[in-house]
Amino acid sequence: MRAAYDGVVIAAPVTIPYVRYSTRDAHWFLGRALAALVRCAGVKKGELDGLCVSSFTLFPDTGVGLTQHFGLSPRWLDHIPMGGASGVVALRRAARAVQAGDAAIVACIAGDTNHVDSFRQNLANFSRFARDAVYPLGAGGPNMSFALLTSHYMRQYGIEARDFGKLCVAQRDNALKFPHALFKKPLTLDEYLNARPVADPLKLFDCVMPCAGAEGFLVMSEERAKNLRLPFARILGTIERHNAFPEDPMQLRGGWALDRDDLYAQAGAGAADMDFAQVYDDYPVINVLQLEDLGFCEKGAGADFVRRNSFTVGGSLPLNTSGGQLSVGQAGAAGGYLGMTEAVRQLTGETLGARVENARLGLVSGFGMINYDRGLCSGAAVLGRA
Amino acid sequence: MSELQEPKPRNPVRALRRPTLPPGGRSRAALRLTAAAAEGRFELQHCFECATVQYPPRSVCVNCLSHRLEWREVSGAGDLIADTVLHHSNELYYRERVPLRLGTVKLDAGPVALAHLHRDCAAPSRVTVRAHLDKSGQAVLIALPSKDTPNMADDPMLREMTSDPKFRKVLITDGKSAVGQALAKALVEAGADIVWLGIAEPWKQGGGTPDLPQTERVPLDLTDEKSVRDLAGVIGGTVDILINTAELHRNHTIADRGTETARAEMEVNYLGLMRLAQAFGPAMRARAAERTGATAWVNLLSVYALSALPSHGTFSASKAAALALSQNLRSDMRRAGIRVVNVFPGPIDDEWNQLVPPPKLAPSALAKAIVAALRDGVEDVYPGDVAQDVMTRFRESQKVLERELWDQ
Repeated sequence: MRAAYDGVVIAAPVTIPYVRYSTRDAHWFLGRALAALVRCAGVKKGELDGLCVSSFTLFPDTGVGLTQHFGLSPRWLDHIPMGGASGVVALRRAARAVQAGDAAIVACIAGDTNHVDSFRQNLANFSRFARDAVYPLGAGGPNMSFALLTSHYMRQYGIEARDFGKLCVAQRDNALKFPHALFKKPLTLDEYLNARPVADPLKLFDCVMPCAGAEGFLVMSEERAKNLRLPFARILGTIERHNAFPEDPMQLRGGWALDRDDLYAQAGAGAADMDFAQVYDDYPVINVLQLEDLGFCEKGAGADFVRRNSFTVGGSLPLNTSGGQLSVGQAGAAGGYLGMTEAVRQLTGETLGARVENARLGLVSGFGMINYDRGLCSGAAVLGRA
Repeated sequence: MSELQEPKPRNPVRALRRPTLPPGGRSRAALRLTAAAAEGRFELQHCFECATVQYPPRSVCVNCLSHRLEWREVSGAGDLIADTVLHHSNELYYRERVPLRLGTVKLDAGPVALAHLHRDCAAPSRVTVRAHLDKSGQAVLIALPSKDTPNMADDPMLREMTSDPKFRKVLITDGKSAVGQALAKALVEAGADIVWLGIAEPWKQGGGTPDLPQTERVPLDLTDEKSVRDLAGVIGGTVDILINTAELHRNHTIADRGTETARAEMEVNYLGLMRLAQAFGPAMRARAAERTGATAWVNLLSVYALSALPSHGTFSASKAAALALSQNLRSDMRRAGIRVVNVFPGPIDDEWNQLVPPPKLAPSALAKAIVAALRDGVEDVYPGDVAQDVMTRFRESQKVLERELWDQ
């Protein structure tokens, strides 16, 4: 049995408002996130003795350069290039650092800019395998991988476009109350089904919109949080896994399927106990994959599960209660933090948008890095109300 | 699937499209895929220790971490397990070519290949994956039907990667030689739209060019800059495929006499190619992006361009110079996506190889090899037994081959 995260908490969720395109750089967005954390927690910048950074557009800098850029002298530093799994992984690393006494307060920040041409440039050099074996095919970015996955999934398990549509419509419904969502108009199932095709069977509203923005949170001891009078959430269980099931010719399951028993054992709770779930949602098929692999339903029963639940705040299994990336936008690595900051807000009651009443337990799941033909990083965390 | 229709002439008022290229960046390891594809082979990394076959290319074995990796040919057979049609791309080249079919293939050899998808393939089905050079000159994978389908070569993405002579206009720079004649016949049979036969001394009677449909004699003397420029002025803007067959071959050693022979061979074999490159290169590059645009340039070299045959010393030297020039030309033409094909035959069965013992390459066999190279989209061809033999020895040991050629 792994050690618990007793006495370590997550607090001070911050969001730097998203914009479709920005002339600012990643340093600007990350700097604003750090400033927001300092302001929110009421600490001095120098009291942040741990820093954890995730960003795709920080080049040529890493977290190291940011210490000088931001005038920090942390005694603990991490840079997590895991895209959509960054939030969960940052939390795990930071929590153990605080628990071991290597840092007292770790500032976890993730953010990216989005210039008019930066998305294309990021794609071209995303990974060695992408540069050698994916980008030359004209398939920049994950659209191709998720189109192939979605079409295979639909044939294998009989899930239909309208099921994916239901997830997107429900998330949009949640997003209408979330001030930072870039999509502010309701989405109907007809609009979803009749949108222009992007990569068959994916249509426009199946795909996240890249944007600029940042997210952040602090990890510290419970005692410190109380002294600072900060609302916080408890860390009950976490997992991560990379390159799970490499022998599967097509990614129909992720690392969660391997580690979920470990997660729920550590958390002392199961999928059925969750009051909400924040899953990584760059495409709706990956929502279904996570719901299955994290035990909300059996593998292949995702279609039925989607038909039986509403996923809206106030409905059954509130899912991506801020609207998720599909409705808020994908601010690069901040997309891997979006579910984490929203989960903390739900559990502390300090929501910016719709609130899940009496939420006591929540699941945050991350997924990242389409290196070649599949996403390599998976992670999940169970958080609890203090 | 429907057959390719003869393209309509371009509207001359409309601006020429500028060439765009698919992404050409590759890791050094991945360039080995290109190197094999340049000769028409599909090779993947095999682990020397545990025999694992892997893709994408890695620096060590994914299974046992051995660094002893070998590139070896694989069959390409596999199961197409998913397909998609891309309606959007961030790259200009593909924006001009969407919708684009792509698929996931589980190769029988082991790894999963993401690949372009021939229009006659739909998941789930058996397919054959090939590595082809694309317009950037780098290898990409394409999944083809496992059994031939009607008009298979007319697939739009496959046609981007090949230079099938069908409906294309071809210039043969020496139409009078046995090779030029055989080539004209083979190209007409392959469906070429027009075959221009360059004739160096058009006033000469005899030794003539039999009347073939679709062929037309044009004056072209590679030793005369004005002649080359004049012809480029007339047809340079319409040539889709240029095949430089002009060569001067005298079987002299370098000790024979003076420099006249060497100079004469260089005039045709080296400087002649340079004159062609300067006159036809820019015109072909300018219209490479048109639907009916320029697509390939073929140079008839010699396998003795790789390592000199001393008994044909001056000829070998001129072909070595032509090879170096052709590599420069390839680098220039690459920017427009035009393929430069180098053909390295052994001795051709003609009067200048009278004293060379067989096997010798029949002009008709050489012509067939050139048409096949255009259809298959390869860029280096070693046609015939001698060429294959010399190339194999060259790759085994350049130095050993140098000694072996001394007394031939």
